[in-house]
Amino acid sequence: MIPDHDSNAQSTQGASAPPALALRNISKSFGDVRALHNVDLFIRPGTVHALLGENGAGKTTLMRIAFGLATADEGTIHIGQTRLSEADARAHTPANAMSLGLGMVHQHFSLVAAMTVAENIALGNRGRFTPAQVANTVREISERTGLTLDPHAQVGELSVSAQQRCEIVKALARNARVLILDEPTAVLAPDEARALLRWVRAFANEHPDHAVVLITHKLRDALAIADDVTVLRRGELVATGSAQSLTESSLADAMLGPHDRSAQLTEEVVPLIKRHTDSVGAHYVVLQADALTVHDTRGVPRVRQASFTVRSGEVVGLAAVEGSGQAELLRAVAGLLPVHSGRLHRPDDVGFVPEDRHRDALLLDASLTENFALRDAGVRRGRVPWNELAERTNVVLRDRDVRASNASVTVRTLSGGNQQKFVLARALDDAPPALVIENPTRGLDFRATAAVHTALHNARDAGIAVLFYSSDLDEVLTVADRVLVLHNGLLREVPRERDAVGRAMLGVS
Amino acid sequence: MNRALAPVLAAIARVAVLLAVTLGLLVVLLVTSGYDAGEAMQAMVRGAAGSWYAVTSATLVRAIPLALAGLAVAIAFRAGLLNIGAEGQLLAGAAGAAAVATLAGKTPGAYMLPLVLLAGVVAGGAWAGIASWLRQRFGVLEVISTIMLNFVALNAVGWLVRGPLQEPTRIYPQTEALVPSLQLPVLLSGSRLHLGVVLAVVLAFVMWWWMRATAGGFRLRAVGMNADAAAVSGRINVARVSLFAFLASGALAGLAGAVELTGVTYALYESLSPGYGYTAIAVALLARLHPLGVLGTAVLFGALQAGGNAMQRDAGVPIALVNVVEAVLILLVIAADRLQDVRTRRSITRTDDAAPSLPGNAVSVPS
Repeated sequence: MIPDHDSNAQSTQGASAPPALALRNISKSFGDVRALHNVDLFIRPGTVHALLGENGAGKTTLMRIAFGLATADEGTIHIGQTRLSEADARAHTPANAMSLGLGMVHQHFSLVAAMTVAENIALGNRGRFTPAQVANTVREISERTGLTLDPHAQVGELSVSAQQRCEIVKALARNARVLILDEPTAVLAPDEARALLRWVRAFANEHPDHAVVLITHKLRDALAIADDVTVLRRGELVATGSAQSLTESSLADAMLGPHDRSAQLTEEVVPLIKRHTDSVGAHYVVLQADALTVHDTRGVPRVRQASFTVRSGEVVGLAAVEGSGQAELLRAVAGLLPVHSGRLHRPDDVGFVPEDRHRDALLLDASLTENFALRDAGVRRGRVPWNELAERTNVVLRDRDVRASNASVTVRTLSGGNQQKFVLARALDDAPPALVIENPTRGLDFRATAAVHTALHNARDAGIAVLFYSSDLDEVLTVADRVLVLHNGLLREVPRERDAVGRAMLGVS
Repeated sequence: MNRALAPVLAAIARVAVLLAVTLGLLVVLLVTSGYDAGEAMQAMVRGAAGSWYAVTSATLVRAIPLALAGLAVAIAFRAGLLNIGAEGQLLAGAAGAAAVATLAGKTPGAYMLPLVLLAGVVAGGAWAGIASWLRQRFGVLEVISTIMLNFVALNAVGWLVRGPLQEPTRIYPQTEALVPSLQLPVLLSGSRLHLGVVLAVVLAFVMWWWMRATAGGFRLRAVGMNADAAAVSGRINVARVSLFAFLASGALAGLAGAVELTGVTYALYESLSPGYGYTAIAVALLARLHPLGVLGTAVLFGALQAGGNAMQRDAGVPIALVNVVEAVLILLVIAADRLQDVRTRRSITRTDDAAPSLPGNAVSVPS
């Protein structure tokens, strides 16, 4: 267990600087579930503070309480010089939080796609809207902070990273002094993520009265840029201190907890972080593309003249920066987009796990059985054998370790990790010759990520040809046997080395 | 079977509660607008349920088109299509049925009555097909196209009954009355209750079974719940399912029109439907789009209409008052459903660390 570095951290800054944000003794329960128990958090001005924990550890809930989106059962909130008593804390609202200098960028952005950047930033202001004036504010903030953004661009047309910049500028335009970023790198390509983290670091350095709270479950991000780190596990504070005094493995221990440090878990987690298990041997060609060209639904060519093979018993990883054509390539292989020209040899039955579970994979308000039945819904005739399917679903839940009480509960009640395990189990149920996955572990915690990776390797070892894309380069490098890189619609195979892949993703040879 | 019947029991309970709320609201409105509430309510109850004749010939007769059109709305809504055009499809169905009846001449064979009904089904389906085509070819929202097509249908009927389908004396703007062999048989002698009631009940059960038990029904529900997931993970042809849902919805509404023509009015004229197609939306929503629930709520609204008419006739209270109550009732039920949804959703997402999905037009991350 890590020693408590709290006193240490505070003494380096000195008692003279009051915290930019302080949460004391915060407790919060949802029904019988204790989400937070007596949690303290001190954010020093001029620092980057990483809030670490697995999914469900309570990180986001804690920050939602600070931002007035949720109310604590107990505890007080200090924002700058303002102290909110327990009663005040209960009446706390986002508007209140913003007026006190808090800004929060959620994992799912809250932007209006049809409006311009300036309009989004002015949204919620009172009085007249003068586009030129707001545009000036945006330009001023852009210059001051280096967040380049065209105030007149339509938000829906912007890339994800630009939308994220828009969210940050929106918070800064309201004079936020403490920026809360919820899993900001989850949606970014590796180089974009690095740029963002660099920006966060510089922002904290240049603004001694500002601070950034980084909610994340990526240890490396936390250690790379944070001054202070706080770790939550199951709603309790388990470690806090300066980043220098902590190592990746001590943080991993703190996040996972003493109960979970069984041999089994170590076996599961450690190879995921460090090691790669090599394929036992690839066999015959399952997927083959020759000069394959794919257009998106609007008729724009996104993949040009791509040639590759995926054999049974191997995992091929696809690396690319956002919008390089990977979505179109995978969907063509999955049989969801037509081939424009060239040849694509694929089996009829290709399992497909889309990136956006909620949008593309699940009927959230339907039962697990119905979601299981969805896979064959397009081709089924006559009556649906619901009883048989319910039994089959229950077997799948047990075999693939999907935590749900039974097959008749709605998918919405499952955690993200279990939803993903379920989607994967559904795709693999009748052992298709090939499996295609987009971002297999997006938004998942440590343990769920390990489980998904194990499932992928098991599928490979069972002779399935696996092709996956991940926006996380480390995931591609650790999980794949071979690596393909797409840059601007052009595909090539690259040795499985960080440098080579990174350069190819950016189009540098 | 127990679990399958639970929604039916819930629907019955809802209808009972709704009935109580309705009558309460009505009394409040009557008192505040200065009518003799006692006399008016007496007239209302008498008109809706005061006698065997009132029940069978006023309430149930009105419930028949409401139930059929309610099923039409329910199947569309279940597929995620906001078909507001049951009224137009009902009129199209009545017009199609009247046209075939006119063609059949003075002495039609026994096979003609099913053909007349079938004409209504086809005409209603075709009318809804226009909206489906507009949606899939040009992206016109069905909410707008179907409501506009309602006015087109109404005016088209106005033209038909003054032009090609007008009765031979060319005095009245309506078609010639149907010969008895083209009228739906009356079920109980001495009442106006016709065979349409059997049709409505059978179709409700068929639709209930079809949606639960068959692959087609599951496809329709899946598309309604999440069209993207249906297409990507279910390999469902969403356009085809939507087209089918539109056609089935229009066909059911068209059948409602044909049944009303052959069972009640025996002639086509502009005011054939007192807004059955619009009330059907309320019927379907109050039943939570459950086919068997539709039967219950259709009877409730049939009784309200029958009672309202009696109240107007016997107590001089305008039927507009009943319409106000109906409208308030719909708003209350929708608000209550929403509230319950939000609550259950909150209690679930709260235990999850993930941020709850943002409503409305939050930007989604492109893949």
